[in-house]
Amino acid sequence: MMAAQNPSTGHPSTRQVWTWLADVPDPEIPVISLVDLGIIRDVDWEDEVLVVTVTPTYSGCPATTVINLDIERALNERGIAKVRLKRQLSPAWTTDWISEEGRDKLKAYGIAPPIDGTAADGVLMKRIDRLSGRSNLTIACPRCGSADTEKISQFGSTPCKASYRCTDCLEPFDYFKCI
Amino acid sequence: MGAAQQTSTAENAALFEFLLRMGDNALILGHRVSEWCGHAPALEEDIALSNTALDLIGQTQLWLGLAGEVEGRGRSADDLAYLRDGLDFRNVLLVERPNGDFGKTLMRQFLFDAWHYLLLKALKNSSDRRVAEIAEKALKEVSYHLDRSRDLVIRLGDGTAESHRRMQAALDELWPYTGELFMGDAPDASVAADGVAPEPASLKKPWDELVAETLEEATLKTPADGYMQKGGKRGVHTEHLGFILSDLQFLQRAYPGGTW
Repeated sequence: MMAAQNPSTGHPSTRQVWTWLADVPDPEIPVISLVDLGIIRDVDWEDEVLVVTVTPTYSGCPATTVINLDIERALNERGIAKVRLKRQLSPAWTTDWISEEGRDKLKAYGIAPPIDGTAADGVLMKRIDRLSGRSNLTIACPRCGSADTEKISQFGSTPCKASYRCTDCLEPFDYFKCI
Repeated sequence: MGAAQQTSTAENAALFEFLLRMGDNALILGHRVSEWCGHAPALEEDIALSNTALDLIGQTQLWLGLAGEVEGRGRSADDLAYLRDGLDFRNVLLVERPNGDFGKTLMRQFLFDAWHYLLLKALKNSSDRRVAEIAEKALKEVSYHLDRSRDLVIRLGDGTAESHRRMQAALDELWPYTGELFMGDAPDASVAADGVAPEPASLKKPWDELVAETLEEATLKTPADGYMQKGGKRGVHTEHLGFILSDLQFLQRAYPGGTW
């Protein structure tokens, strides 16, 4: 299949590149793509070099290196020889950037998607919890849909997730917490 | 050398020093916390501690990476982490304190997190864009660290008689190591004058308030500010740092240049 090309340069168009990147899975949560995750910030040609701007999720996330390798490999396989990855720290990645499609895929996979605007600010959230007498956050069980769930731990199997348990169907599950 | 150039060299040296302190605090505490991997009292806590350590090591890469860039001698974050000697480390003494029991580790984490959180919040407005960007990223992670350590200090302090006793003992032991967080020196004054970072002393009041509120809820007694230990920020460390480095730096010292 011929790639959609920009007639003046002969490069695949950036739009085409975005669709290719939408096929690259996140190494730790392979049901969503890097584009769903919202970490690809920009794609641009600088002469013969394709520059892909990536924003890391967590500073210490071990998947970062693998993600970079996966992007390079995927684009090399599509015939783009020269790829440069640019790290962009600001604006810092936020779970608000996870696409609607990505959220549905997470839920279907058994991970409760993030609820926007609930990131820990370190102090305020706890105060709200105390005043209201309980957690102000309702996270529905991705398995049975019940809202009767409880937090087991703020950290889960990867830095981006917290551990929860459904008190109705009793299944433990991961919650993609907000940052 | 012209006067202007001299000033900029001195400013650069102060910025390098400041970045080493940021990076070394994160590195040494990250290493300490990572020592819990496989040893925590519950699986969830083991995972939480490892994730906290991971965040801190990630932040170390950003701070020391920038430090190397500012220094301009071609040293990478890895070079700075693995190939400097103890005297060149700039972390505060608090973060090299041994882990002790789970309660003491959490108390150390809380005292540090409260300071780290306030500092990063201020650094988001740094006049140095690179510093502000790293702070913006790190603050999101550290907010979760503080949320968790604060919660556990309250639960353990206001827990059983035994957990209360241990938390009070941890607090009393660690308190003399908190003063160094707020002591400024010449490099601090230089970066503060340039609007890169706040004066360390300016964080003391909000920190005191945040800590006092938490300790009260934890039914713990805030110790009085007495003699405060110091030295780490200028490279004078306790005996513990050497042991940490012998573990942390072993591979690069034994097999120089080794890679994955």
